[in-house]
Amino acid sequence: MKKSVFFGSVALAALVAGAASASTLDDVKARGQLICGSNPGLTGFAAPDANGVYQGFDVAVCKAVAAAVLGDPMKVKYVPLTGETRFTALASGEVDVLVRNSTWTFSRDTELALDFVAVNYYDGQGFMVNKSLGVSSAKELDGATICVQTGTTTEMNLADFFKANNMTYTPVNIADDAEGQQKFAAGACDSYTTDASGLASSRATLPNAADIVILPEIISKEPLGPVVRHGDNNWGDIVRWSFYALVAAEEYGVTKANLEEVAATTQNPEIRRLLGLEGDMGKKIGLDNDFAKRAILASGNYGEVFEANIGASTSIGLARGLNAQWTQGGLMYAPPFR
Amino acid sequence: MALASDPPKAGFRLSMLIYDTRFRSITIQIVVLLLFLAGLVWLLNNAYVNLEAKGKDFNFSFLWTRAGYDLAQTLIPYSNDDTHLRALVIGLLNTLLVSFLGCILATVLGTIIGVLRLSQNWLVARIMTVYVETFRNIPLLLWILLMGTILAETRPVPKDFRLTEAMKAAGEEPKASMWFFDSVAVTNRGTNLPAPAFDHSLGVVDIGWNLPVSLNALAILAVMSASFWGWRRFIARAKAVQEATGTRPTTWWPSLLILFAPISALLYGLGFHLDYPQITRFDFTGGFQMLHSFTALLIALTLYTAAFIAEIVRAGIQAISKGQTEAAYALGLRPGRTMSLVILPQALRVIVPPLISQFLNLTKNSSLAIAVSYMDLRGTLGGITLNQTGRELECMMLMMGIYLTISLTISSLMNLYNKSIKLKER
Repeated sequence: MKKSVFFGSVALAALVAGAASASTLDDVKARGQLICGSNPGLTGFAAPDANGVYQGFDVAVCKAVAAAVLGDPMKVKYVPLTGETRFTALASGEVDVLVRNSTWTFSRDTELALDFVAVNYYDGQGFMVNKSLGVSSAKELDGATICVQTGTTTEMNLADFFKANNMTYTPVNIADDAEGQQKFAAGACDSYTTDASGLASSRATLPNAADIVILPEIISKEPLGPVVRHGDNNWGDIVRWSFYALVAAEEYGVTKANLEEVAATTQNPEIRRLLGLEGDMGKKIGLDNDFAKRAILASGNYGEVFEANIGASTSIGLARGLNAQWTQGGLMYAPPFR
Repeated sequence: MALASDPPKAGFRLSMLIYDTRFRSITIQIVVLLLFLAGLVWLLNNAYVNLEAKGKDFNFSFLWTRAGYDLAQTLIPYSNDDTHLRALVIGLLNTLLVSFLGCILATVLGTIIGVLRLSQNWLVARIMTVYVETFRNIPLLLWILLMGTILAETRPVPKDFRLTEAMKAAGEEPKASMWFFDSVAVTNRGTNLPAPAFDHSLGVVDIGWNLPVSLNALAILAVMSASFWGWRRFIARAKAVQEATGTRPTTWWPSLLILFAPISALLYGLGFHLDYPQITRFDFTGGFQMLHSFTALLIALTLYTAAFIAEIVRAGIQAISKGQTEAAYALGLRPGRTMSLVILPQALRVIVPPLISQFLNLTKNSSLAIAVSYMDLRGTLGGITLNQTGRELECMMLMMGIYLTISLTISSLMNLYNKSIKLKER
């Protein structure tokens, strides 16, 4: 009898564990809230504003997904994660989706059992130094002390770059961006290295921004994008197409402001499919047909999100560059809504 | 007349497992054991099922793959081409280094403070009370961060030490200067010290696994121990002569000769000199650089643990009966000698067992090192390796196993010591 109770409990344990990760979509709907892993503070990408509400370029993706799934862009709980903890948090189910300047690499996609569903920012790793150091190229950094976030691809690229150029350096392994900025500002390291977008964001928050230069070398490819767990492909599709809706909206000139007007007048079948006026796009991923419309209304199309958070008019002042639409010579290219 | 005390002949019934006091305790123990095992199996099974669901396996082969990241301040040579296993060892050695030095310094400091806290001098005793209460009542992490910040923010940046041609022409001095005849520079990154160097170095030998051993150091160690051994023999002979003849031969200059002549000759032969740190483009080079990440962690761990050790020492001393002190005074011993000859040796018996747990605490607390970017075991294996390979379970279990091993080793060594100073009853 003892034995059967014992095996019973083991089987129950297996069932409980199995049931916990049945469907992320159902979990999110039942909870009424999307849990989004975000950067603890990277101005322009994900940082709490004066009211403590997270705002930024990465946060906009979370809002779009929340709007598409739950109908309200504010129904998101942001979990701040460091470079070290982010993938574990996602893998363990602590967050539903991770949008935290995470680089898409082969081993993360396969070995870490994660799915990068899209690229929301094409980036590359750069170096930032103080002007007074008199350095104009990353190749002059031989012997420098360099702050680098631990648990990032940045750390590996840095090692590779110095090795390829036969130079040495002293790494200072820091936990997050805030610590990196503080160490760099105090002069505890000669240079701070991270994705160029992150450098622009960090520089904007430093008091002596004018004295700091970002060196011209970009030493890596860093395609940053939203990440979900392996195995729940429908959830991956939801995040992917909620994001692509923003990109497609920009391409077809649909903005937050003119969306209703376009929806009422347009005859373009692609736009009609995007906005759910034709076909059953949303139904195919377990949502309703208005999902893309709500995603766009959350904070505007991709171009609007870019300009509002990190664009030329903000303190971060990033140019579109690689992140322009493919029609403008960039890499932003939404697959057809068909 | 029948005897009423005949034992009942009834056979064993199942209900006796609960109602019979002879079996009840065994029944309860078996039930608890089964529940415990079931819980354990549940946990293991849960981990297994979840790993399976994520398509992850459980193996340690990642330890033999290329690490690909760099580390500052390593005790043995390391480059990003080495394996994750070597990075693990680097972290482990860094953990052991800071724990070992921390334990020694904390014991010395803690003993001094504990004794001073009992001082007759009112002011000294109160200052020590304030020290103990401040340090042990504020979380260690804050002390580590504070030490790191103090060192990074109050010391000048390396370039302030530089004297450029333009400054020379204008007759200006650099903003910061080195200490001890331009030999030591404390910047906001680290402490730069002169390092020994040799013109005619004997070189290094690799004893396997890329572990270089300096032949210079070996030669110096050999000569010094030979000198010391020779000197011991010489003193023993002088003593023998004194006992035999009543006159002690002159010992001071032969002693000096035996102790210092061979080592001086060796150092001269090797061309020994000090390599002073020099300011170069970004930072000091040459000499030996001790990064502030290490210094800050060591200072914080030492000061924090010393506060606890001080309390243990005080308790140990107060556990010794007042009569011992009075007896020592009656014999004419001064307070200092009373403490070191009578009280402390007895107090050690009370002090050592709780001291062991303080050593264990210090070692385990050293895993907060990441707060000041010191790359200990938690930083390499539990930080970068875990993150780059995605082997959370393996890395965590390995790390727990290693800390457990370190702790058990410390505690068994200290238990041996405790046994050796135990009251010997004859």
